[in-house]
Amino acid sequence: MIEVRNIRKSFGATEVLKGVDIQVEKGDVVAVLGPSGSGKTTLLRCMNFLETADEGTMIFDKTAYDLKKITKKDIGLIRRKTAFVFQNFNLFLNKTALENVTEGLIVARKMKRSQAEDIGRRALDKVGLGDRYSHYPHELSGGQQQRVAIARALAAEPEIIYFDEPTSALDPELIGEVLEVMRNLAREGMTMVVVTHEMNFARNVSGKVVFMEQGQVVEAGSAGDFFENPKEERTKEFLRMAEKKLL
Amino acid sequence: MTIPLSMISFSLAMVIAVVMALIQFANIKILKQLARFYIWVVRGTPLLVQLYVVFFGLPGIGIVLDPFPSAVIVFSLNEGAYGAEIIRAALESVPKGQMEAGYCVGMSYLQIMRRIVLPQALRTAFPSLSNSLIAMVKDTSLAANITVTEMFMATQRIVARTYEPLALYCEVGLIYLMFSTVLTKLQRMGEKKLDFYGYQGGRS
Repeated sequence: MIEVRNIRKSFGATEVLKGVDIQVEKGDVVAVLGPSGSGKTTLLRCMNFLETADEGTMIFDKTAYDLKKITKKDIGLIRRKTAFVFQNFNLFLNKTALENVTEGLIVARKMKRSQAEDIGRRALDKVGLGDRYSHYPHELSGGQQQRVAIARALAAEPEIIYFDEPTSALDPELIGEVLEVMRNLAREGMTMVVVTHEMNFARNVSGKVVFMEQGQVVEAGSAGDFFENPKEERTKEFLRMAEKKLL
Repeated sequence: MTIPLSMISFSLAMVIAVVMALIQFANIKILKQLARFYIWVVRGTPLLVQLYVVFFGLPGIGIVLDPFPSAVIVFSLNEGAYGAEIIRAALESVPKGQMEAGYCVGMSYLQIMRRIVLPQALRTAFPSLSNSLIAMVKDTSLAANITVTEMFMATQRIVARTYEPLALYCEVGLIYLMFSTVLTKLQRMGEKKLDFYGYQGGRS
C-alpha cells in the first residue's frame, strides 16, 4: 500500500537517514524500533512530509512520487489518506476535544458542521472519551489528550495512521489506556506504522518490526521472527538490553 | 476627542500590527525587510517628533493634513509598530506542533494561521496589548501640540482663562487615571474570559 525506497535526509552535516526502505501492506501494524537518534522519527516525519527528504521515492496507492520534488498538491492528496499522531499530542490548544476532531473535516474537507460533529462524537466515543466532548486540552490528562489525538486521526478515515512515539510523553500509569486504544485499532485491521519504545506493544500487537540504528535499517521482518529468531548480532544485543530494562 | 482618537488609532494600529507580525512570522522576503525598517524607524524616534513631521513637516512637500487625521495616522503607525513586535513574539511562542498538526489534518497555512495559531497568539499578546493601549491613551495628550483639541488641550485653554493650573491639571490627570482604571478593569475581564476559552499558553 505504501512503500518508501532509499530515503535520505540530513540536518546540516549530520546524515540522519542513510537510504532507508520500508514497505507497508494494507492491514499491517509495523513497529519501528531502535535506540534514540536512530532516525525513526525522522523517517516517519519524512513519510508525512513534515520534513522534506533529500532523496527517495514513495509509492502510494500504486503511484510513485519523488520525495524531493513532490508538489504541494500531491502532498495534500497523500495527507488526505493518512493521519499522524504526535509524541506531544499537538492538540489545538484553543479548541475543545470535539472541535479538535472536527476542525480538519470542516475547514479542510468542507464538511457540514452537523455531519462532522456526528463523526467527531463517534470517534471520541470510540476512544472512550464520550464524556469529554467540550473539554479543552488543558483540562485533560496526557492519556486523554493522546486519545483525542487518535480520535482526530480516525475521523479523517485514513488508510494509514503514523504514530510517533505515542506514549513517550505520558506518565507510566497513563500509557496503558493509549496502548489499549491502539490495540483495538490493530484488531480492526487499521494500517499503522508505530515508532515506539514499547517492546511489549511491538511483540504482541505489531505484525512486522523494523529495527533501525544510525539512520539505517538493521533488520526488518515479522514480529515473531524478530523477537524469537533475530538474525543480526546488533538486534540480539538490542533485545537483551530491552529485556534488562524490563526486569 | 481623546476617546475617538484613541479608539480609531488603536483599531487601525491592531490591523497594522497583525499584518506586520504575520509578514515577519511567515518570512516573506522583501515585505519582511520593509516591516523591519518601519518598526525600526517608528520605535527609534520620539512620538512627538513623528507628530511634528506629519503635521508641520509634510505640508513642506505639499501634503497638508488636518490635525485630527494627522494625529490618527501618527498614533496608528506608532502603536502599530509596538503592537507588531508584541504579536510577533506571541506568534513565535505558539508551539510549532500546532502548525504541524494542522498540516496533518489537511489544513492550509492560512487556515492554520487564522483558526489555530493567531487566536492563540492574540491570547498570549492580550495583556501586553492592553498595556500599550493604556499607554497610548495617555500619549494622546501629545496631540495637543499639533492643535488637536483633545482633553489636555481643552484643559490648557481653560487654565488660560481661569488661572487655576494646579486644580485643573490635577483634574485632567485624574480623568486620565479614570480612563486607565476602566481599561485595566476591562483587561482583567478580558483575560478571565480568554482563560475560560481554554488556552493556558506556552506548553505542549
